[in-house]
Amino acid sequence: MSDVTLDRSATRWAGKRDDDDVPAELNFGNVPPASTRNQEDPEVRAGQEARLRHVWAEPKGWRYWSAVNNTEVGLWYTATSFAFMLFAGVLGLMIRVQLAAPDNDFLTASFYNQVYTLHGTVMMFLFAVPIFEAVAIILLPQMLGARDLPFPRLSAFGYWCFLIGGVFVCGSIFFGAAPEGGWFMYPPLTTQERFSPGYGADIWLLGLSFIEVASIAAAVELIVGTLKCRPPGMRLNLMPLYAWYVLVVAGMILFAFPPLIAGDILFELERLFNWPFFDPERGGDPMLWQHLFWIFGHPEVYIVFLPAIALLAMIVPTFARRPIVGYSFIVLAAVGTGFLSFGLWVHHMFATGLPAISLGFFSAASEAVAIPTAVQIFVFVATLLAGRVIYSVPMLFVSGALAIFVIGGLTGVMVALAPFDWQAHDTYFVVGHLHYVLIGGMLFPVVAGVYYFWPMMGGRRLSDKLGKIAFWLMFVGFNTAFLPMHWSGLVGMPRRVWTYPADIGLDLPNLVSSVGAFVFAAGFVTVVWDVLRPRNGEPYADRNTWNAGTLEWLAEVPDEAWGVRSVPIVTSRYPLWEQKNLMADVDMGRFYMPDAEEGKRETMVTSVLDAEPVQCLRVPGPTFMTFWAAIFLGAVFILATFHLWTLTLATAVLATGAILVWLWRGTALQPEKDEKDVGLGLKLPLYASGPKSVGWWAMFITMTGDATAFVSLVFGYFFYFTVSPVFPPPMMAGEEIGPGLAWPLVALALFAASWLAAIFARNTNKAASLGTARLLMGAGALLSLAASAAILWGPYVTGLVPTVHVYPATVWVLAIWTACHGAAGALMLAYCLARSLAGRMTPTHDIDIVNVALYWHFMAGTALVTVATIALFPLAV
Amino acid sequence: MATGNKTRDTLWTLIAAPTIWAVHFALSYGSVAYGCAPNENVFADIGGFRIFVGGLTVVALVGIGFIFARALGEWRGNGGRMPHDEDTAAVRERFLEFSTVLLAGLSFIAVIYTALPVALMADCR
Repeated sequence: MSDVTLDRSATRWAGKRDDDDVPAELNFGNVPPASTRNQEDPEVRAGQEARLRHVWAEPKGWRYWSAVNNTEVGLWYTATSFAFMLFAGVLGLMIRVQLAAPDNDFLTASFYNQVYTLHGTVMMFLFAVPIFEAVAIILLPQMLGARDLPFPRLSAFGYWCFLIGGVFVCGSIFFGAAPEGGWFMYPPLTTQERFSPGYGADIWLLGLSFIEVASIAAAVELIVGTLKCRPPGMRLNLMPLYAWYVLVVAGMILFAFPPLIAGDILFELERLFNWPFFDPERGGDPMLWQHLFWIFGHPEVYIVFLPAIALLAMIVPTFARRPIVGYSFIVLAAVGTGFLSFGLWVHHMFATGLPAISLGFFSAASEAVAIPTAVQIFVFVATLLAGRVIYSVPMLFVSGALAIFVIGGLTGVMVALAPFDWQAHDTYFVVGHLHYVLIGGMLFPVVAGVYYFWPMMGGRRLSDKLGKIAFWLMFVGFNTAFLPMHWSGLVGMPRRVWTYPADIGLDLPNLVSSVGAFVFAAGFVTVVWDVLRPRNGEPYADRNTWNAGTLEWLAEVPDEAWGVRSVPIVTSRYPLWEQKNLMADVDMGRFYMPDAEEGKRETMVTSVLDAEPVQCLRVPGPTFMTFWAAIFLGAVFILATFHLWTLTLATAVLATGAILVWLWRGTALQPEKDEKDVGLGLKLPLYASGPKSVGWWAMFITMTGDATAFVSLVFGYFFYFTVSPVFPPPMMAGEEIGPGLAWPLVALALFAASWLAAIFARNTNKAASLGTARLLMGAGALLSLAASAAILWGPYVTGLVPTVHVYPATVWVLAIWTACHGAAGALMLAYCLARSLAGRMTPTHDIDIVNVALYWHFMAGTALVTVATIALFPLAV
Repeated sequence: MATGNKTRDTLWTLIAAPTIWAVHFALSYGSVAYGCAPNENVFADIGGFRIFVGGLTVVALVGIGFIFARALGEWRGNGGRMPHDEDTAAVRERFLEFSTVLLAGLSFIAVIYTALPVALMADCR
């Protein structure tokens, strides 16, 4: 346990407060190496603190919004998610008012449809998933003793995308233009103009596709952050459990969101251009949407649940006053759930008439996933039993979460059985089940997290009294609202009905539910009030106010922008409990990177398994470019919704330009020296390329997600092949089948040539043959453009018309996907050429071309699979 | 203590067993769905696909069993103790081995679960 007395003379409370604006003391560029400094000298420390504070200071005035540091972005992200959640909560209350009495006409039927669609959509896409990203962006660097995540500007970009997309989707209801098709948007209800007139479905699709970009950006950031930005010594077996969960969940996002993006592409092509992917009359099949949606949608439930459980894994040991029991079992549970959750999606489709044997697989996996889920619950219970529990408001919410989640889990095991599901499908039983799982598995843990982590964020504890009132209102209100829904569902009340007649046994359960919903809401409003109420007179909380063991509690009160005063060496799972004097040593700057000698923002990069220091990474500071990039990219999606094609194209060009400026000015910067002394006699390189660099991993992870989306489109092709009696259809089988053989093969040859050009450009650049390298980059770019044209020319010249039948439509969509990636590949090579000519890329500083060559490996694979699918496969069947 | 050709455990060896589960699951579902499509004759015999899935299951279980035995053997060889919270590369290795054992066990059960429908159902009903 932590019995460390903090050496207060080492900290700013000692009375020596350095203001940010004392340039005379900063002395950037003329500071002796960290290893030569005497950390016991208060003057030395004061200078270091002044420099760190200056470097990491948040921008002033309106420039505040150019901040990219994880503390600011994470705070905006969290606040915005909660704002969307409150908005969706009001929608939920409107549903309950409408259903409080039979034959009610509080809302019109059409508006009611918009209200519940938006309630589900906003809760899932704008609260449940983003709150994970938001909280992780704040907490992860703190837990890892890192100054920031490796790509702060990417986080900021993700946040602006999220805000713009979210406001766009939410705002639609004020114009009566919100989507009406339910949060999973099943076609043909939503694809055909006669059922869904107006822009509602387009707003849903394009707004959310845009937000998915933000989610994938966050996933990339968090995976690289967890694997490469841990403090020295924090081996995999010493990582905080939260980091394990973040790793698993971010990996899941990478495989779960891209299928939905692929589905969105197909869906929008049908709505905007009448391509018949989901129209059975022209060979399409609405089931493909259900598959793609739920391949996303079921893992998403666990993407929502696991990070919230991760908060419990941090809170429970603190209040049980002991390390977690069964650390490896939590890792088993997190990784195991992450995998198994991808084998559950058809259990949302039990009532669609799929063969029973297919349902059997998913029913079995749905039962199997209960094993790792239960393991986590048992681990928490065991930890609490083995420890001496301190009762507190966070623990109150933890116990509420466990109780509610277990009930939801048990009804989940019930509906995982197909015969039971056929009875309960699309009834209020399912509504009750999913709210138990999501509110018990996610909302209660998040509120526990708010009470637990608020002292770190806001400097003061939240009120115990208000917390207890809030808990009991929420707990009692929640059960009053949602337990009767199981009953009304079994009585036969379907989901999404606008109203119901009197005297069929639904009046009372619905009235009770509505009363409970308002009690629940009152509890949540209490939490909001507790967070927002003015509390200037209250004293600051103690540092590490709960006496926790993990590194995030190194945070100073009130918080400093630098993250950690120095990057500690970690030798245990609960460093603040087990490593004597850690906090004082960190504060005294006795560990790594106690200074910002050159006035740059820096964080440490370490190896994956054992966290050995490998690089001192310069991270970029505030910029508005990420904001503009998000604005323009958002405009692309919003303008496309309203079919304003010229403006869409213009903003697409602007968005690309903004991203290029951002990359040009802020990435792959050449440091002024090769390596730097980070203290304790350690010298680390300032620049790394290839697999040693964080950028290479980001490219690899992004392209894995991209490949998943591509595979989903290919899956669509073979799905149609499987469900159609003859595919390609006979009318397409003229002298040439589909796009023909010649042009796709030409395209493949050209793509292969540009792939080789990219690889040789990388190698010759490294070998300092700059002329050859530049020639190869230019040639590669041109070859890639020619290849993209050729892959499109095939289906064009053979006269495939995508609106006639689903076959030409799938061929076109694969060709267009490949061509777009080819164009992007050409742009990347041209960018490298420009960097080389500008002297920003050299044989030793070659991050750009190494990452682009990695992109080209994926590009070559994409081209090969596309050509094999659209040109060669029809010959084989 | 085992010496010689010991595996160095990484995050990739950790997820090998559940990856086998995932491949087995996808192939089982994919092959049977293909066999039953377009699902017009629900009494169609899918004997061939059942044999295929059965064979696949054996391969998957052997693969997972191998991972399980390998990891368990090495974990025991390294002392086989919990918890794994010490600050050495050897304990990190032992931690990964033990976690691999747990995940292999879960994957083994999950593969059997996946194979059950094929064992119990003879056609596409």
